[in-house]
Parts: sequence; structure tokens; C-alpha cells
Amino acid sequence: MPDVQSMVVEFVNKLRKRKIEGSQATAKYTVELLRSVISQHRVPHANQAAALIDAVKAVGEQLVAANPVELAVGNVVRRVLHIIREEDLSLTTAAMAGLDLLDASDDDDEDNCKGIGYPAMSAAVVAAARSTLRPPSLQTLLEGTPESATVPYTSSSGADSESKSKSADKSSITRKLKHDVIEGVNQLIHEIAGCHEQIAEQAIEHIHQNEVILTLGSSRTVLEFLCAAKEKKRSFRVFVAEGAPRYQGHLLAKELVARGLQTTVITDSAVFAMISRVNMVIIGAHAVMANGGVIGPVGVNMAALAAQKHAVPFVVLAGSHKLCPLYPHNPEVLLNELRSPSELLDFGEFSDCLDFGAGSGSPLLQVVNPTFDYVPPNLVSLFITDTGGHNPSYMYRLIADYYSADDLVM
Amino acid sequence: MDTRRGALAVPKVRRVGFFTSIEPPPDSQRPNRSQSGPVEATTSSSPLSNSPSGNLISPVLIPPSRHRSDNLTSRAAAPVPVPGPSAFRRHLAHDRSLHVGSYNPADSLLGTSPPSSIGEFSEDSVSLFGFQRSDSAKLSSSFPNGGFDLTLAVRAPQESESRIANSSASQGIKKNVEVSGKSETVTTQSKKEKESKSLKEKTSKAERRAIQEAQRAAKAAAKGEGSRRAEDSGRANPGKAAKQPQLKKEKLPVTSSVSEKKAAVEKERKMDVPQTQMQYDDKNRVEKAKKRAVVEQTESKNKVELFLHLPQYERGNQLLNLSSNIFTLDTIHHAVYKVGLLHLAGDISGDNARCIAMLQAFQEAIQDYTTPPKKDLTMDLTAKINGYVSFLIECRPLSMSMGNAIRFLKNQIRKLPGNLSESEAKASLCSEIGRFIGEKIVLADKVIVQHAVTKIRDGEVLLTYGYSCVVEMILLYAHEIGKKFRVVIVDSRPNLEGQKLLRRLVTRGLDCTYTHINGISYIMREATRVFLGASSIFSNGTLYSRVGTACVAMVANAFSVPVIVCCEAYKFHERVLLDSICSNELGDPDAIANIPSFRTNAKHSKTMENKKNLQYLNLMYDSTPSEYISMIVTDYGMIPPTSIPVIVREYRREHLLL
Repeated sequence: MPDVQSMVVEFVNKLRKRKIEGSQATAKYTVELLRSVISQHRVPHANQAAALIDAVKAVGEQLVAANPVELAVGNVVRRVLHIIREEDLSLTTAAMAGLDLLDASDDDDEDNCKGIGYPAMSAAVVAAARSTLRPPSLQTLLEGTPESATVPYTSSSGADSESKSKSADKSSITRKLKHDVIEGVNQLIHEIAGCHEQIAEQAIEHIHQNEVILTLGSSRTVLEFLCAAKEKKRSFRVFVAEGAPRYQGHLLAKELVARGLQTTVITDSAVFAMISRVNMVIIGAHAVMANGGVIGPVGVNMAALAAQKHAVPFVVLAGSHKLCPLYPHNPEVLLNELRSPSELLDFGEFSDCLDFGAGSGSPLLQVVNPTFDYVPPNLVSLFITDTGGHNPSYMYRLIADYYSADDLVM
Repeated sequence: MDTRRGALAVPKVRRVGFFTSIEPPPDSQRPNRSQSGPVEATTSSSPLSNSPSGNLISPVLIPPSRHRSDNLTSRAAAPVPVPGPSAFRRHLAHDRSLHVGSYNPADSLLGTSPPSSIGEFSEDSVSLFGFQRSDSAKLSSSFPNGGFDLTLAVRAPQESESRIANSSASQGIKKNVEVSGKSETVTTQSKKEKESKSLKEKTSKAERRAIQEAQRAAKAAAKGEGSRRAEDSGRANPGKAAKQPQLKKEKLPVTSSVSEKKAAVEKERKMDVPQTQMQYDDKNRVEKAKKRAVVEQTESKNKVELFLHLPQYERGNQLLNLSSNIFTLDTIHHAVYKVGLLHLAGDISGDNARCIAMLQAFQEAIQDYTTPPKKDLTMDLTAKINGYVSFLIECRPLSMSMGNAIRFLKNQIRKLPGNLSESEAKASLCSEIGRFIGEKIVLADKVIVQHAVTKIRDGEVLLTYGYSCVVEMILLYAHEIGKKFRVVIVDSRPNLEGQKLLRRLVTRGLDCTYTHINGISYIMREATRVFLGASSIFSNGTLYSRVGTACVAMVANAFSVPVIVCCEAYKFHERVLLDSICSNELGDPDAIANIPSFRTNAKHSKTMENKKNLQYLNLMYDSTPSEYISMIVTDYGMIPPTSIPVIVREYRREHLLL
């Protein structure tokens, strides 16, 4: 326990000091931390899923509080919670089905007296499990009417069955839950690590010969995406906006050149001038909100507006860990972060202007250096995630697959 | 009326038609005319003498463009530059004389004779300079009524008279063509084609003859009258076989002089129309320019393909070369040289500053100028100025406003009265330049400030981009008169001009917020107005300004914040521009490559230098579509961008350049 606690503290400190850059790295650290939290958490016999959820939530709250604008942390915590809930549910249904089977086989003779309660309950559980786990098919839709009538008592009976199964269970099931959850978390780690390849695989479908692509900010996803198209013998040119004041565009440009792509670095102010000669704008998102809005590196909104003006497709690449289930309110301000003014102004040079003692005492000079930009969904043409391309209007549905509704408010 | 005019006109018309190259000296022309027709004549003569062509070439025979388009068919058929209208008319007249039984003898006489067409030309030349046909018609009517004074000097009345006759005659012909031409169009067409074919065969011969004729024209003026008259009388009752060669003979001198005039007009027009920017992907012209170049430029190795039409040179070494050459170069005046160096080094930036510096250098150069012996001040000084300008262009491409200023200066030189002594001419030029600076730049700025300040209210947040001296003046003035507002300064790399503005405003006590262009969407929600400076505004309303202006205007538009552009009217330009690619200026790419506080900067740039794939593009300007601009504050007042062409076309001629 103590070493998990120290790991959490260390990670929180890193997040606070913004030592970890990029949502992918953050997501990876978070999920690994949560895995060790889960694996080292001693689960009680009763209601172990709830205990796990509580433990993960407690850690998650700390992490989110450490850097509220790094939405990937919250996303990953929610993903892990969702995994726990899902595994628990599937275990329960499996157990119930097993019980049911046992009942059906062993207690054939007792069927008339006891079986009245059990089959009805198990059917409800199975239906509940089906409705949560499976995509809505025509069949479930048609079946939905009787189910919805039984919903209130399904849940109560589900809880009933859970406690019953737990009371009746063997210790193997408790260990199985933890094992399954860790398995699921490992899968998540794998998914986060592999999202670049998944996204890059689709590059060939979107980039044609002689295309001119504008990108800004430094995103590994974009880099891999472009290189994947390059490897498939497509030749195209890339304009990279330098991304002042952090100049990440220069880093990206150098990476691209190292991989043999024809790259031109432009100033951020030239985005509008150049966009008329650009066929596609590709950016990597910092986070994708449930309404299809994008939080990206600063300057993205400008590029998106310019792209809209010139009818240039604006494509956002986002791994699934960037999909945030929250609907943003005033994201430009609330989900933004102001960095040090020293990136813009040299303190030494402007020290004479920074004298606040003169006059009314309030500072005459303010420097605003935002980190992120919000792009409203109507400016985005396409999202490319590891599951394929999606419209901005579809994002809420995609996001609903990854998270359970109970975790939205942590 | 027709008969009377015919009798009067015939002999004199001939004369004018054939002796286009002898031209009565303008001095003698003017008084005579004013005598003959006190009011109308003066007005009709003044445009001619005022017009740029009036002094140099005879007032007649300036082919109006609409005739060309009228007679496209005949032009297409004739390979030589035969003046379409005259040929056409003449054929028509022939045909009429041949086919139509009853016709007005006077009209046909005029019609068959070339002068009628020339008269048409002269009339058009009048209308070309802004005078309508009604003027000449008035003239023609006023003369007979007022009584023609026969005691006048011979030549002048003949001149004016012939014009009168011509104009009326040509009108008559036109009427005739309208009336009778319809029935004969088919035959006319076929005849005309035949004729043009035969013309084609004899082109070379005809041309040679034309040249000879043109050379001889002056000599022939004195003695030719009699013989011509004979010829004409021969032609008046024409036989077709006899007609053909004669026709050519007479047409060709006309042709040559017309083409001469055409060339002259073309030249005029070229001087008027702003020079198109040199396209640097045109190898020949680049080579030529290089030979003339004073500044040694090495082409950059890693050019941006999209901008091959713009000069892309290696930076850093020109300044050294130039400053070492300073004592050896004597073709460039030292003041101009200094301005060139300042431009090259980037020590002067901002359109107004550059323009004023250039004009003052020219002023100095003109003061030090002496006309070499046997040379004309106008021509030589223009050539000198051209040399200076091309030197400045080598140092840094001129801005649109500087181009306008240079056009103004050249116009002034061209318009110098011939009777001025050299010192007087120089003094007048210098004072004109001073007036331009004072009126078009300094005073204009003051007017703009007065206008723009009315748009600032208390509690507003004004956003501005980069550094514009007009915007700075507006903000400081508004602060001075006690308005309470906040300023947001948006800046961008690599020049970071906004810091200059920031410093000036903060030291004057204005409340400022500073951010970079990427943060524009964040800061725009606070802004209530956007003030922008301009490098130029084109006649389609496009704003050509420091790169990034378009981004600011676009985001402001997206946030529904009004965009106010402050621009002096001398920066307006009649060009049109759609994008920022075709016309732009490229800055030093290294300025982008070198990033402040980039840790591995030096190492990276070293290793990346020979990478072929990596290019840095440093655009200097961009163009903002007019739909993003709410208002333009200029010295003529506050106008929408759609009114730019009005200002450019209407005001330029009178107020700006003259």
C-alpha cells in the first residue's frame, strides 16, 4: 500500500508541475498507476467491485485535481471504472447463468416450487446484461418493450442476485474479478500504446498523391499518420505552422524531414495566407469533447476558421483515450491554461514596463499566453480515431461505448 | 447644310488628312482657336494641349479602342495593322457610290476620301480626353452661325475648320451607313474580304511604302497640296480598276502614322498603368535584371516551390557587399544608397516610414542633380529615378504605396513645363515631393486619427495587430483626450513589431494586454473593436497588410467584432488581388529557423542546413478579403471596402497624382 500511495503522490506532483506533456503519455502513466492500484488493492469478500471502484475513484480524483485541464487523466480513470463495472457485470451474469444452469439441471424436481422465482430473475439479469453489453439490434429493440416494463425490479433483483451470488460464491470468483479487471486494464494500455498505428493505418485512405497538408502543433499521432502515408509511396507536401510560443512545429518539421517528407515551416500568422493552397488540415487533438468539439494546441481555432473559409477539410486525429465524455461549457476559458508570460516577453527587456507601483497600482501590462484552443464541432470535418472515421455529430455515441454513465461525474 | 459644308470642307479636309505629321506648334494653335471660337474652341483645345499626348504628337489620329472592337472582322481578315475603320468606311463609301444610284454628292465625296476617316479619328481623340462629340458638334454649328472669320491666320482656321467639317461629315457618313448600309452589308462584307486579301499579298511592299511616306510626309507638306488635290478630284469619280492602287497609297501613310500614334498611346497607357511585379520564375528577365543589378544576390538553395515567382535570395551577404561598394558606386546618389541600405537591413519598417525616407532621398538626389549637357531634364531625370528605383527594389521589393509615390514623382517630372530653368524645375519638384509627404501622409494621418477617434468609446477593448503608426497615433490621441479603454496587442513572429507598440503605449500609460497570434481566439472574446493598419488596399477591397492581419480579421469576423482598417488614400492601388500567393514578399527564412530560447537551436540548424526537404517560408504580407472589413478610415472619410474603387478611380487622377 505505501508504495502505491507514494507512486500516486509522485504522479500527482508531476501532473501539478506539468512535467508530463502530451495526453498520450499522461494516459499511459495514469493507466499504469491505476493498474498497480488495482493489483495491490486488497479486496474484501463482500462487494469487491464497489471496493475497487471506490479505490480507483479516490486515486482518480487526486489525479484529476492535480491537472484538471489534462482531460486524458479523467478519461482513463473513467475507462478503468467502466472496465471494472463491465467485468463485474459479466461475471455476475455468468455466475447467474451458471446458477441458472445448475438450477435447471439439478433442481428439476424442485422446479415447481422454487423455480418460479429463479428463471424470472435470471432472465432479467441476462436481459440487463445484454442491453448493456451488446449493441442495440433490431431484436433487442423489439424485445425492449417488455424489458422496460420490468426495469425497476430488474435492477433490484440484479442487486439481489449479486448479493446472493456473493454470499453463495467461492473465493475463485473474487480472484477472477480482479484478474479480469487487470486483464482489461492491460488491454487498455495496449490500446493506448497502439492507437498511433491504428490511426496511421487509415492514412492511405485520406491522403492522395501531390496533396498539400497543413498541420500545427506537435502530435505524435499526426507524425505517424503522415509517415504511414509516406511509406505507402504517396508523395505529398506538408506545411507546418511553427506553433509559437512553444515552437513545437519546428520539432515536428524536423521529425518529418528526418523521415523524408517534403516539409515547409511557416509562421502561425501565415496560416490564412497559405490555407488557400492546402488540400487538408490535419491536427492532433488534445481532447475531444462529447459534443464533437476539439481542444487542441493553441492556434487551432484560427486554422479551423481559415479552413472553413476556404472549404478545406479539417481532420482531427484522436486516440480513444482522448475522447472525453463531458460536454464543455465555456471550454476556451475553463479548459484552458495560461502559461508563463516569459515565453512571449523577455522580462529583462520589459522590466521598465512592468513597474506596477506607478499610477493606480494595477498592472498596466498583462500578458496572455493560453495553451489550448477550442474548436467548435461545426468547424471539424472528420474525426479519425482508432476505430475509424467519424462525424463530429457521432462522437457522443462513440463516447457512450467507452464510459458508463455512472462515472461521468466523479 | 450638307452642300454648304461639302463645298467648304473638301479642300481643307484633304490637307489635314495627309499632313498629320506637320503639326502647328501649340503656341500658335491656341490663340488662333480662341479667336475663332471664343468659348468652345478654348475648351476643345485645352484637353489636347493638357493631355500628355498633346505636346508630343499631333492631336489627330488616336485610334479609339472601340473602333477596333467594332471592326473585329475586318481586322481579323487583314494581317497588317490597317486601320480598320477607315478602310471599312471607304469600302462602304465605294460600294455606295457604285451601287446606289442616288446619293448626296457631298457625302460621297467626303466618304470616299480618307480625310473623313481621319476626321473621325480626330474627333474621337477629343472624346478620348473626356470631351464628348457634342462639343465638336457644337463647334461645327457655332462656326457657320458666328460667321467664319476669313482674316484669321491661314493654318489655324483650316485646322479647326477641317475638324468641324470632318466631324459633321463623319456623322453624315455614319448616318448613311446606318440607312443604306443595311441593304448592302452582304456585298460589302464580301468585297471587303476580297480587298483585304489582296492587301495581304502586297503587305511588305505596302509597308515599305508606308515608311517612305512617313519620312517624306514633312517635305510633302509644303508642296503636296496641289498634286493631292488633283488626285482627289480623280478619285471623286472613281473607276474600280483605277481605285485599288490609289486606295492603298493613301491608306498606308495613314496606317503608319496611326500605328505610330497607337504605339505612343500604348506607351502612355503603360506609363499610367502600374508596372506588374517582376516574375522571378521568368528566366530571361531574371537574367537581364541580374546584369543590371547593383546588389549582388545569391539565390537561395532551398526555394519554396509555391513562391518561385518571388525573389528568394540568400540573406546576410548583400549588406556587406553593398557597404564595401559604397565608394565605388557613383550611379546611385548617396541619399538613395543610404535608404537602400536601411531597407535592406530592415532598419526602416512600416510603409509610411519607408515611403517618406525614399521620397526624402529622392528630394536630396534631385537637389544635387544637374542635367548633363545635350540632355533633356525630363528624360534624364526620369532615367535617373528609374535607376534609383531599381536599386531600391534590389534592396527590398517596394511596397505598393512606394510604387504610388514613385508614380507621382514621375508624373511630376513629366508634367514639368518646358520653359522652366533647371533650378526652377528642381525646386518645383522638391516642393511637390514635400507637398506629397505633407499632404498625403502626414496630414492624411491626422485626418484619419480625427475620424477614427470618434469610433472609440469609454470602456472598450481595442485589439490591434503588429505595429501600425496610424493605429498608434489613434490610440495615443484617444488616450490623450481622456477616453478610457484597454488595448490588446496581438503580435507574431518573426518581427515581433507589436513589442515596439506595447512599449510605447505602456510608457504613455495605456492599459495593455499582450499576446501572440495563436492566442487570438482566446483574447478576441474580450475585444470590442479591431483596429488594423494597412500596407495597401486594392480596388477589389482586398486589404494587403502585414502577414497575420487576415487571421486577426477573420477571427474578429467569427466573433462578430467590427474590424476597422486605417489607411491613407495614397496607399490605395488599382490592382486587384485574390490571394496572398501571387503577389507577396518573402522575408529572411533564417528568421523563422532561429527560435529564441530553443535549446538545441544551433546544433539543429547546423545539421538541418543541407536538408533538401526542409524549407522555411517567411511571408511578409497577406491579403484580407473585403468581407472581413467593416470599415476603412481614410483621409476622405470613413468608407466601406466596396468604395475603394470609387476612391481609386475618381479621386486618384485629380487629387492624388496631378
